[in-house]
Amino acid sequence: METILQLEHLSHIYSAGTPFEHSALVDVDFSIYRGEYLGIIGRTGSGKSTLIQHFNGLLKPTSGRVLFEGKDIWETKERTRATRFRVGLVFQYPEYQLFEETVYRDISFGPRNMGLDDTEVDRRTRDAAAFVGLPDAVLQKSPFELSGGQKRRVAIAGVIAMGPSVLVLDEPTAGLDPVGVESILSNIRDYHQAKNATIILVSHSMEEVARTVDRLVVVSDGHIPFTGTPREVFSHGAELENLGLGLPQMTRVFHRLRALGVDIDPSVYTIAQARAAILAKLGKGAV
Amino acid sequence: MALRDITLGQYFPGHTIVHRLDPRTKLLFTILFIVALFLCKTIVSYAIVAAVLAISILLSRIKPATILRGMKPVMLIIVITAMLNILYTTGEGTPLFQLWIFRIYPEGFLTAFYMILRIMLLITCTFLLTYTTSPILLTDGLELLLSPLKKLHAPIHELSMMMSIALRFIPTLIEETDKIMSAQKARGADFETGNLFQKARALVPLLVPLFISAFRRADELAIAMECRCYHGGEGRTRLRQLRYTTADYWVLAAGLALCVLIGVLRHFGW
Repeated sequence: METILQLEHLSHIYSAGTPFEHSALVDVDFSIYRGEYLGIIGRTGSGKSTLIQHFNGLLKPTSGRVLFEGKDIWETKERTRATRFRVGLVFQYPEYQLFEETVYRDISFGPRNMGLDDTEVDRRTRDAAAFVGLPDAVLQKSPFELSGGQKRRVAIAGVIAMGPSVLVLDEPTAGLDPVGVESILSNIRDYHQAKNATIILVSHSMEEVARTVDRLVVVSDGHIPFTGTPREVFSHGAELENLGLGLPQMTRVFHRLRALGVDIDPSVYTIAQARAAILAKLGKGAV
Repeated sequence: MALRDITLGQYFPGHTIVHRLDPRTKLLFTILFIVALFLCKTIVSYAIVAAVLAISILLSRIKPATILRGMKPVMLIIVITAMLNILYTTGEGTPLFQLWIFRIYPEGFLTAFYMILRIMLLITCTFLLTYTTSPILLTDGLELLLSPLKKLHAPIHELSMMMSIALRFIPTLIEETDKIMSAQKARGADFETGNLFQKARALVPLLVPLFISAFRRADELAIAMECRCYHGGEGRTRLRQLRYTTADYWVLAAGLALCVLIGVLRHFGW
């Protein structure tokens, strides 16, 4: 697999040299591969927001390097700026950044900053709006007339419109109802598949992350204790709960079963996997 | 981000005697101290006043380095004041030397020196007040001190409530600015380059969301206050009652004594 983003011994210290000095990241070292759907989980204050702001050069590492497609993003000023367009970052509650008079103008803010010509800006803006399911009629409205869920779509479209090859989303479903959550997640999946883009989804909800991502990175206290497929990570049930991270409900049931003395695979996290595990267990028992 | 480093009368929590004094005492003492400071005429009086301040700083256990760091932003004002005093003071004797159109007298240096001393002491003593008193206590103290003016229908409670709310929201708004700036930078906004006009235009994506969020917060706060039956200051009691202790009386007496002492010294030409 081809590496797209690489973090080398990344550390970040806030307010260095003052009484408020605080290490948010300590010697973080991992790679992100092209086209993967990666999940980052951690509690509030674990350093995950600090981590993702290093992906597109919003924060400068106190020590260590960030490589995008093999090149240090801090090498020149131009490269840092160019990386911002290649690695799209959607912040938490992105609807609070909307500022333009119309939805159309707000979505086109990113592409216009890239210095593209008008037809290209227009194409990208309409493309991005379609990706997040915004009807044409909405484009000429003021973003402040829309509902919360639609505002969030506009904000996400504003980042997608830059056509980033890596899309980072910080808690994109926070505060939405279940229908809204599903449709945002499916928009993200569509972008992932249509553009073969790398998606990085940040969340504190194990449930949500478990059923969407290929690979998980756990952040705790500025360190990365676990990485791997959701099944690999969830097999560390007790340690994860010690870090203050809840397990998906299904995983918790199976950990309990194991604790009660049933010899069963505890790393399942979907109903289908649970069914397979139980059937396998019963099949064995019947023999 | 540089925004994070702005300290606005930053409070350093602690449990020293200076921290525990009644905020009214500290406010009154600060006023008395400033009066004494402006009565100072000679190095002797300045030395006494400075010694009082030094003792207070020692008691508060605030690091001198912290106070010096807070002094940085006013350095420019101090330098300009000193320059003006040196250039424009005329003395009785012969000038030391001539600089372009200015005659420099030895008195100029003396005035400048006293002026620097006065500004530094003034700033340090107000720093000490805000470093050792939480903003909430400070506004509480101010409200109580000014409460006699309520008889004249001055809206003292409203003013102090506005002040507490403003102080409370400064860090929140700074954080919010930081967040929105990052979000717009992630979309390629550029706040640093360009001429003045371009820079002003670049602020639109920052200011519009900031104002909207400030209004939203104000609205939410008003609702939250009404939900808790806030209806102005009338008949309102406090969770934490402020009471003077023996230490407070001693400190106030010391402040008065300092004023009288410096006044007497001034009277006799010191």
